[in-house]
Amino acid sequence: MNLLRLSVTTTCALALAACATTHSGETDASSATAAAIDKNPYPSTYRPYPGAPMALVGATVFDGAGGQIEGGTVLFEGGKIVAVGGPDLAVPAGYTRIEGAGKFVTPGIIDIHSHLGDYPTPSVEAHSDGNEATDPTTPEVWAEHSVWPQDPGFSRALANGGVTSLQILPGSANLMGGRSVTLKNVPARTVQGMKFPGAPYGMKMACGENPKRVYGGKGRMPSTRMGNFAVNRQTWLDAKKWVADGRKGRNLANETLAGVLDGEILIQNHCYRADEMALVLDMAREMGYKVTAFHHAVESYKIADLLKANDVCSAVWADWYGFKMESYDGIPENAAYLQNAGACVVIHSDDENGIQRLNQEAAKAQAAGRRAGIDISDAQVVRWLTLNPAAAMGIDGVTGSLAPGKMADVVLWNGNPLSVYSRPEKVWIDGALMYDANDLKRRPVSDFELGQPGEGDVK
Amino acid sequence: MIARLLIGAGLLALSAAPTVAQDFAITNATVATGDGSEPVQGATVIVRGGRIVAAGAGAAIPAGMQVIDGTGKWVTPGLFLAMTSLGLLDADGVGESNDTAARNSPFGAALDVVPALNPASQHVRVARDGGITRASVFPVPASSIFGGQGALVDLGADGDMVVRPRAFQLVALGEYGARLAGGSRTSAHAVLRNALREARQYGADSRVIPGGSRPATISTGDDIPIDTRLVDTQAERDDVLLTRFDAAALVPVVNGQQPLYVAVERESDIRSVLALRSEFPRLRLVLVGASEGWRAADEIAAANVPVIADPVDDLPSSFEQLAATQSNVGRMVRAGVKVALGGLAGTTGDQPRNLKQFAGNLVALTKVPGATGLSWGEAFAAITSVPAEISGLGSRAGVLAPGAAGDVVVWSGDPLENASAPERVFIDGVEQPRDGHQKRLGDRYRDLDESDLPKAYDW
Repeated sequence: MNLLRLSVTTTCALALAACATTHSGETDASSATAAAIDKNPYPSTYRPYPGAPMALVGATVFDGAGGQIEGGTVLFEGGKIVAVGGPDLAVPAGYTRIEGAGKFVTPGIIDIHSHLGDYPTPSVEAHSDGNEATDPTTPEVWAEHSVWPQDPGFSRALANGGVTSLQILPGSANLMGGRSVTLKNVPARTVQGMKFPGAPYGMKMACGENPKRVYGGKGRMPSTRMGNFAVNRQTWLDAKKWVADGRKGRNLANETLAGVLDGEILIQNHCYRADEMALVLDMAREMGYKVTAFHHAVESYKIADLLKANDVCSAVWADWYGFKMESYDGIPENAAYLQNAGACVVIHSDDENGIQRLNQEAAKAQAAGRRAGIDISDAQVVRWLTLNPAAAMGIDGVTGSLAPGKMADVVLWNGNPLSVYSRPEKVWIDGALMYDANDLKRRPVSDFELGQPGEGDVK
Repeated sequence: MIARLLIGAGLLALSAAPTVAQDFAITNATVATGDGSEPVQGATVIVRGGRIVAAGAGAAIPAGMQVIDGTGKWVTPGLFLAMTSLGLLDADGVGESNDTAARNSPFGAALDVVPALNPASQHVRVARDGGITRASVFPVPASSIFGGQGALVDLGADGDMVVRPRAFQLVALGEYGARLAGGSRTSAHAVLRNALREARQYGADSRVIPGGSRPATISTGDDIPIDTRLVDTQAERDDVLLTRFDAAALVPVVNGQQPLYVAVERESDIRSVLALRSEFPRLRLVLVGASEGWRAADEIAAANVPVIADPVDDLPSSFEQLAATQSNVGRMVRAGVKVALGGLAGTTGDQPRNLKQFAGNLVALTKVPGATGLSWGEAFAAITSVPAEISGLGSRAGVLAPGAAGDVVVWSGDPLENASAPERVFIDGVEQPRDGHQKRLGDRYRDLDESDLPKAYDW
């Protein structure tokens, strides 16, 4: 951060980058049919790194699914969780034993809303790769084609936040911003080397102020909220027609939209206001798609019942307030009210600094609920950072909780992760030790940082 | 518009609450005085006539004084938020409401935040509800490298928040100042030097405010002597770049009556700032930002220049912050620098409630090998007494000591913890209301029952 910044590149919630480069063509010469389309042309090359069979014993275990075990044992081997149990769970021979008394174990933290790589640091103009702000709908762009794997932010999220998986979204300048990509938080030379194997794509949509401001400012539609909906609906109708006509000719935009209509691509919808979320839910019904999660949903608490009924997650901050008109009704009880109503809660960052403290943000949201008379257990709050985001990203079958057979994405904390005084001590990804606070060499240093002031610092 | 103004005035009159300082004692609490010492259990705080009378384990309660049982609570001085835009906006992104910067103003140094301050801004309430009772408010440089004159304020629920007007002048150097000055640091330094000299001349000419200084003999150590017209002389000048207002505003800066806050991040920029005093010996410098301050910590300490730093900055957000680390504050403190936490206004806006959380993070660092953190007492002082001292309020704020302002916060627990929150807030001995916009929204939507009437009737 910087107190004084000419905010041209970093988007996040408030500012918006404007300029970008090219606009992708709509069709190519081939007349490929749907059957010939390779749906995974940039496949993951991620392979888990080696890890020894590990037994974490004696710690308080939050399993990510709402369970808590005192003096628990977590076993993992071959990159997978083998067993999770109490003090009576036997440690098999050949396992390295780590005494965890006084410490805590959680699944790896998952951020459903990040721009790391697409808006990397240093946040210079040349790095502004998160908003293809040249057309109000760009479902044809893919966030993975902008990700700079050398972004130092990945390592901070790992070391300070215990983040093992994250979804990189395009920014919010556009009504339809393009496809997201889900990454495992491992250093790699290529983005393919970080791609979460088998994770479904998401598509970013944005309500409200940002799209109308960006395009209204260019003197083109949309310049109003009604314009937002008109452009959205026509774009959906055009895509549906393309589908109905047999998907003739490659069309990257329509292929993404068809993926949404087919249920293969999950909608991640930036949307603050309750009334606007309700309109989006009607639009989704009208057009035949599902909203998986509303992001930045600061007014979700006003429609917690509606969100529960529609099975939509709310990805929220703990207490960001009043930085723009559509955040003016933000309240710190938002997450707790949602939980109380039985709706799905995710704590997200949208920020290269906030992603380092998602555990603390969740704790603040929990505390606000407690002051309002809503007592949510620590174990449940941890779920806001693990299984719930995994579910909303379509990867809960393989990560997000400590269950046998799942990826061994595990954080050992030196105290309760909901305390401000706690930090990750060790982080495993697929059973490989990728961060160790006690081993200065067991922390990644990006190419960009080599030979620079502060290289390899604890940060 | 006239009608609206009249209605607004009427409402203001209705809502004006009586502001009467109470005499009270809080007993048997965990008391942290803010002076850097560790908290003391079972202690008493006594407030009379709006001021602290005593604080500590053995304080005797005057007969007949109202006694508040502090059992299980923490009692501290109100937090001091250094370098904020509180009071200058209602929502950052709503330009109409935002008085933090004046990009098209004909003035720079002359700008004064005082007439723009609005104590009724919801952001002031949110911060106050978070335990912040005093702050330094700064104008963001936009039309020149000089932002103008900041003020010290209290956050009390009354019509006047100004504690000290024109408390400091702010100048931006580094990357931001370079852009404002025409494109490079070279220009920023030339603009600054020229401005200070014009101010000195202007002050001397006025014969109203004594000031100025004799130029030091300058040895360049090379073969080409500096043209005397480029260094400070008593000769007549003909290049007047400042407006009369701006020149007059800088007179107290150059003669040392008003501190000059300098926003810089990079190690080399810090050294350039410290070197200014060889030319302008009376400058009372305060560094703001200083992400790489740890790289020049000994020099900063030797120059006896205090620092206001963003505490958890750890990313190379710009090329001038390559060495940013969360150990920055701890390392500077260890070197003997007086460091306050503040200037949290980054890309995500001003989020003052994070102040205590970030201080807690510096305590957490003490458990991370290779990192440099702060003790609890040091961290708490960095958000109470130290910023008060840097601001010039000295022992009158940010501390529970006899004679200090009766700014007292009763917390539910350790104020640096995520779970803790203020339960009662006193400013100058006046208990503050807790019924702002957020609180009312939280109450309204505690349930979603609309069976009898719409939510709009629920107030």
